Amino acid sequence: MEKNQNNERGWPLWEIFIRSKQGLDHKHVGSLHAADAAMAIENARDVYTRRMEGVSIWVVESKYVHASNPDEAASFYDPANDKVYRHPTFYDLPDELKHM
Amino acid sequence: MIKDSLIDYTLHLADNALVLGHRNSEWTGHGPILEQDIALSNIALDLIGQARYLYQYAARLLNDRAADRVTSLAPGAREATEDSLAYHRDGWDFKNCLLVEQNNGDWGKTILRQFFFSAYQYFFYQQLAERKDRELAAIAEKSVKEVSYHLRWSSEWVIRLGDGTEESHRRMNDALDQLWRLTGELFTPSSYEKTLVAEGIAVDLVALQPLWEQRVADVFRQAGLTEPARGWQQTGGKEGKHTEHLGYLLAEMQFLQRAYPDNEW
Repeated sequence: MEKNQNNERGWPLWEIFIRSKQGLDHKHVGSLHAADAAMAIENARDVYTRRMEGVSIWVVESKYVHASNPDEAASFYDPANDKVYRHPTFYDLPDELKHM
Repeated sequence: MIKDSLIDYTLHLADNALVLGHRNSEWTGHGPILEQDIALSNIALDLIGQARYLYQYAARLLNDRAADRVTSLAPGAREATEDSLAYHRDGWDFKNCLLVEQNNGDWGKTILRQFFFSAYQYFFYQQLAERKDRELAAIAEKSVKEVSYHLRWSSEWVIRLGDGTEESHRRMNDALDQLWRLTGELFTPSSYEKTLVAEGIAVDLVALQPLWEQRVADVFRQAGLTEPARGWQQTGGKEGKHTEHLGYLLAEMQFLQRAYPDNEW
């Protein structure tokens, strides 16, 4: 696994998160190779902010990102399907309440 | 006299930016890794952008002067444009420093050339922004932000390679051997610069040199590199006397406009 994430020059892979001018949160925009965190931020600047997309950059080495297993999707997500009562749709709203 | 010097000075600054921008663009598609290919191409685009502003200004100055002396515009002579200045002048018309026209060599040489020039341009533009010519000052003020990043990027690479492996350190020293003798020209004023310094238009290069040397010393210390003694320095580029490398660069850069003048696509 570790080996696959490194390119032929041995530079690890980094996940890049950018916060745009209007945005409140950093969004995942892609990944790139870099020798260390400082270079990853500069590469991200050059690769992902050329068209004024961002005002803030986060980088995380990909090996530190742990993901859920797609094979477990059924047991993870399907049980929520038939539990409509978890959605707040059974309340009568007073007429005075706007913007809901 | 001052007008002529200002034209030469503006062309000198434009040629510096264009020639180094073109050299860097030669790496596009050939960078050691995709991310750095993009980084250097961005720097190339910044420099060519600076060159465009400067050529546009030079063209305006040239056309104004031609209008002043009605007779000097020979029959059939056309107005200068940013494109005519970039594509229709010959090697001896170019006033760029010898440093920027050197061929790319390996990644280390390209990095060191960029670092030497960015460190120069960084202090240079800061001071030009304070000088009397408002057009040049405005271009300088806009460009210094770009150059700050070029300097940061190239400094980190000099440190990374100088303080890297045995091979990268050796290659940086090889690059230093080839480029050091061309850095003196950056601080050797040409005739037009001397005229304009007295007028408060050009940057005083003699005062600039200690700032540059300090920055180079700081970065070299972190990189484990040693500056050679100043020694003999090759000059001439600012007056149109170039090394053998410029002709090849121009042949490639100008080919299309020379073969098919004013062609657009």
